[in-house]
Amino acid sequence: MEWRRKHVLGLADFSTEEIGFVIDTARSMEDVLTRDIKKVPALRGKTVVNLFFEASTRTRTSFEIAGKRLSADMVNFSSAVSSVGKGETLLDTARNIDSMKPNIIVIRHPASGSAHFLSRYVSCSVINAGDGSHEHPTQGLLDLYSVLKVKDKVKGLKISIIGDIMHSRVVRSNLHSFGRMGADLWLCGPASLVPREMGRSGATITYDIREAVRDADVVMMLRIQLERQKRAFFPSLREYAHKYGLNSEVFSLAKKDAVIMHPGPINRGVELSDELADSAHSIILNQVESGVAIRMALLYLLAGGHNAAH
Amino acid sequence: MKKSGRKLILDGKGMDRVLSRLTHEILEKNRGAEEIALVGICSGGVPLSRVIQGKIRSIEGVDVQAGYVDITLYRDDLSRAGYQPRLKRTEIPFSIDDKKVVLVDDVLFTGRTIRAAMDALIDFGRPKNIQLAVLIDRGHRELPIRADYVGRNVPTARSETVEVVVEGEMEGWNVFLREIPAGKGE
Repeated sequence: MEWRRKHVLGLADFSTEEIGFVIDTARSMEDVLTRDIKKVPALRGKTVVNLFFEASTRTRTSFEIAGKRLSADMVNFSSAVSSVGKGETLLDTARNIDSMKPNIIVIRHPASGSAHFLSRYVSCSVINAGDGSHEHPTQGLLDLYSVLKVKDKVKGLKISIIGDIMHSRVVRSNLHSFGRMGADLWLCGPASLVPREMGRSGATITYDIREAVRDADVVMMLRIQLERQKRAFFPSLREYAHKYGLNSEVFSLAKKDAVIMHPGPINRGVELSDELADSAHSIILNQVESGVAIRMALLYLLAGGHNAAH
Repeated sequence: MKKSGRKLILDGKGMDRVLSRLTHEILEKNRGAEEIALVGICSGGVPLSRVIQGKIRSIEGVDVQAGYVDITLYRDDLSRAGYQPRLKRTEIPFSIDDKKVVLVDDVLFTGRTIRAAMDALIDFGRPKNIQLAVLIDRGHRELPIRADYVGRNVPTARSETVEVVVEGEMEGWNVFLREIPAGKGE
């Protein structure tokens, strides 16, 4: 197939073929990461701007390393030290940056839909690195890629995502990435944090963590996003940890070769016990590793060809 | 031999003979197979390098190391092509430091692929030297690059394309000269 996409805003409109194409490209990128000289000249002379309006360690560093491995010039922008503090709007900030002729803007913003909004007003490509509770497409792709590396195929696997489903953009992207590949998806959390409409995606909803973990191939734990919760969704963090935290006893219900995932950052002792986070079942750090390859693939696919407006 | 505007330049038997001579030339110039490593350029050079590896085995009785390289990420026309070319894998599972690396490709044309392949190789280590073996040299160089071992020199027009078919058994391999506007590079 030919890659014709200019922006990566969400996985909702990605075809199965496109997802496969990104994964294949990421595999080739991973070859580069295993060499002594982990850098290729593919994006020489291209500029990528990291436009982050929310705190981020993994995603921003991952995009930065991915760009540098491909020889792109990476520019980091963080709202804490920018004119946003002086009252500039998102649109003005983006238009100003667009005037400096970057090839790609990578944006993270607390408002859902901000990446779509931006893509209508700038001439460069836009990659959504997380917009509110909407989507986090690169995470959705890297999670799929991480599972494919340990399980060969995703079709028929029981994949349970447990935690703050309502506020999670990771879930919304994963429903598309794993869903397209035919996984048996389960969503679990306190009833107040699992919107019933999510069942329309084809996923099974349960409020019992044991039911979610039983015979699962993949258990993905999510952080409680207190910063997005504007009211109390459960009585206390301690009670939440007791009812929805993953510990060895609950995890023993899963398949023997089950893996544990987490998009990070982990709140140890809340959703995931120390012991499990550091166990051989955890592929959390492999997810981070896959992230660089996936982001290299997307930067490469967007920065070349007919998309190269500048 | 004409069929739908294409002319047969080499058939499987002819290719076998040409590759035998190339192998002998490689062994003669390097005084044996010591320190030689073969690197095929994706996609066309890969099966050819395997044939050469097999011939070295039957002549010298040694298995030389062989790998393959995809030059896509080193191309100088990435932002000029209509879309991003699909990446293939690169696999050089040995150290090329102080090796005599023989790059193998099917068709030598502008020389830009070879330039990219040399850049890629240098990222893997510091070979003692890099040599170039090609099945077909069709001329029209755009860079100061020449091959050390040439199977067949084929004069071509820029509007023609050389099509190397190397799938399945070697008897079925063929090289055609096509009289249609060249769409792709070498």
